[in-house]
Amino acid sequence: MNRAHSLDRIDAVPASNPELSVICANADAALGLSPMRVLVIEDDAEAAAYIARGLKEQGHLVENATDGETGLARAREDRFDALIVDRMLPHVDGLTIVATIRDEGVRTPVLFLSALGEVDDRVKGLKAGGDDYLTKPFAFSELTARLDALVRRGSPDEIRTKFVVSDLEIDILARSCKRGGERIDLQPREFKLLEYLMRNAGQVVTRTMLLENVWEYHFDPQTNVIDVHISRLRSKIDKRFGEPLLHTIRGAGYSLRAPA
Amino acid sequence: MPLLRLLNTTTFRLAIAYMVLFAVSGFALIGIVYWSTTSFMSRQTDATVAAEIQGLVEQYQTGGIQRLISVIQARSRVAGDSLYLLAEADGTAIVGNLSAWPDVVPDEDGWITLEFERPLDTGPELHQARARIAPVEGRFRILVGRDIEQRMHIVATIRNSLGWALAITAALGLLGGALLARYTMGRLDEINRTSRRIIQGDLSRRVPVRGSGDELDQTADNLNAMLDQIERLMMGMRQVTDNIAHDLRSPLNRLRNRIEVTLMEARGDEAYRAALESTIDEADELINTFNALLSIARVEAGALREDMSELDLSQLARDVAELYEPLAEERGIELAAQVSEGLRLRGNRELLSQSIANLVDNAIKYSPSGAKVTLRVTPMPDNAVRIEVADQGPGIPAGERENVTKRFVRLEESRSEPGVGLGLSLVAAVVRLHHGALELSDPAEGSGLLVVVELPLA
Repeated sequence: MNRAHSLDRIDAVPASNPELSVICANADAALGLSPMRVLVIEDDAEAAAYIARGLKEQGHLVENATDGETGLARAREDRFDALIVDRMLPHVDGLTIVATIRDEGVRTPVLFLSALGEVDDRVKGLKAGGDDYLTKPFAFSELTARLDALVRRGSPDEIRTKFVVSDLEIDILARSCKRGGERIDLQPREFKLLEYLMRNAGQVVTRTMLLENVWEYHFDPQTNVIDVHISRLRSKIDKRFGEPLLHTIRGAGYSLRAPA
Repeated sequence: MPLLRLLNTTTFRLAIAYMVLFAVSGFALIGIVYWSTTSFMSRQTDATVAAEIQGLVEQYQTGGIQRLISVIQARSRVAGDSLYLLAEADGTAIVGNLSAWPDVVPDEDGWITLEFERPLDTGPELHQARARIAPVEGRFRILVGRDIEQRMHIVATIRNSLGWALAITAALGLLGGALLARYTMGRLDEINRTSRRIIQGDLSRRVPVRGSGDELDQTADNLNAMLDQIERLMMGMRQVTDNIAHDLRSPLNRLRNRIEVTLMEARGDEAYRAALESTIDEADELINTFNALLSIARVEAGALREDMSELDLSQLARDVAELYEPLAEERGIELAAQVSEGLRLRGNRELLSQSIANLVDNAIKYSPSGAKVTLRVTPMPDNAVRIEVADQGPGIPAGERENVTKRFVRLEESRSEPGVGLGLSLVAAVVRLHHGALELSDPAEGSGLLVVVELPLA
């Protein structure tokens, strides 16, 4: 699992950590943080309350369903920005709920929660129509980062080949990267890493998300190898160019974003 | 053994069914012999009697009554088994060895069965005879018969032996059935007794085997093999539980202590924050350990066998090397990947990646700065592939290597480093899942550890 300090983004940021407060303020400004309507279908009351509280503190609107039947009925209404669905539920299980609403044409992004959490379970969840999968116990920062990525990634039909953040730009087709007009040479994996960060620009991306999406690994290496990859990338895209774009969000992950 | 139980066994019932079958067939066999013997004998008697009457009538036709009388007189003298009587039409005896015309109504062919007194050396005996009566020209009647007492004896003997045969078959059948039932029941009782002991908790019990190799021995052997397997699994489970307890107890304890100490006296926000952050770190570590244990248990149980697919091991190894290359460089370690092309096998991509990653991770972790870590993937002659990870770290003492590959066992020294031993345990479990072999040895040159994994190719 990630070593996230989950409460960073929920709790008031202490004044004694100016770097962090600046980043968070920037993030809020950059994202505008429009509130999301989130339906949490989770029968464990304590877990549901924990998720709801955390999301509410971030300004989101949270509804809760404690069993599969109620969850399915509400999810069908198709008025949420995201669904957080537990796999194991009374009456109707999570997989069935998602498969059912997908059949009915509801395309609300779904994040599965599961205590089972092995590769095959994840594959089953994604096959049923889930968009992402998170294993309990998880860090709250992991949940919000994934939720943000799901809600903000936009329509899957939309194909973009160029991404620009401040004066950094990449062209997916040409496999080229430039900052301030200056060409930067990247290794294929570095390019993929940067591409993922650019696609999720302005949002927090966790180490696990990077491992899953850039390396396609669903296990966590014993040593944190991602940090080293990030600092390599940083030395290429940030070092020689004044204002840094690639930030480390302490206890959560990384974020690529334009200066305020 | 109670009789009622004995009668109630399958073996006994089978034995009785066989007994009845044998009795019926024996009865039928002897019955056929009886029937054919008696009918043959009576047909023979009837035929000779009929022929003799025919002969006598012909004597009469050629020589008249005088000739017939003299012939009957002559034959009567040496009669033996034969009976003769010539009489007037009204039944008055003329000549023969029968004293009077029998008062028996003949059937339409003239056959009768009569009783007569036969003079023997031991005195007269009442015998049965079969005879035929024939008219001679309407004026006389003639009777020719045979003593059938002997024939009756034979028939009685056959009938007797039939009865005895039945009785003996029944007795033997009952006895054999009982013995057979007792034997099998005894063997099954042994099995049942052992089973009950095991149910009561004595898992070390085994069903006795007689060594005869019969089906009951085979059953006992299979039961014992099953029990061995169950015991092995139980042992494994116990070991796992022990190790989980061991792996989780100390970090849980640390976690609890830290919180307790933090709360002992009032501190500033900053101190609480720092304590909470360390607590989260420790909780994450616990979760890591727990997940690692869970993964190993699932791999051990073969639960991920269905997730096997054809994969390019060369690519997979290169990806892992690429993942770790920056880390190695940062630590001043040279990571050399020597991977042969196009090695494909059937396996679980995720688990194989994680295993190679664990090996490389360990190698980097234990190597000093300036050292070299080598990941080598090469084909083997007999359709197998060899994965080697060599480091220049402190290595593992030869005596302890065996332990490391065993499930959940780790070196005491590495206990302080979270997840290390579990990493190798997972590798061992994954290698087993892929029917491969894991070996720890010395590198060809210098000190350190060489981990060799051999996997069969697709």
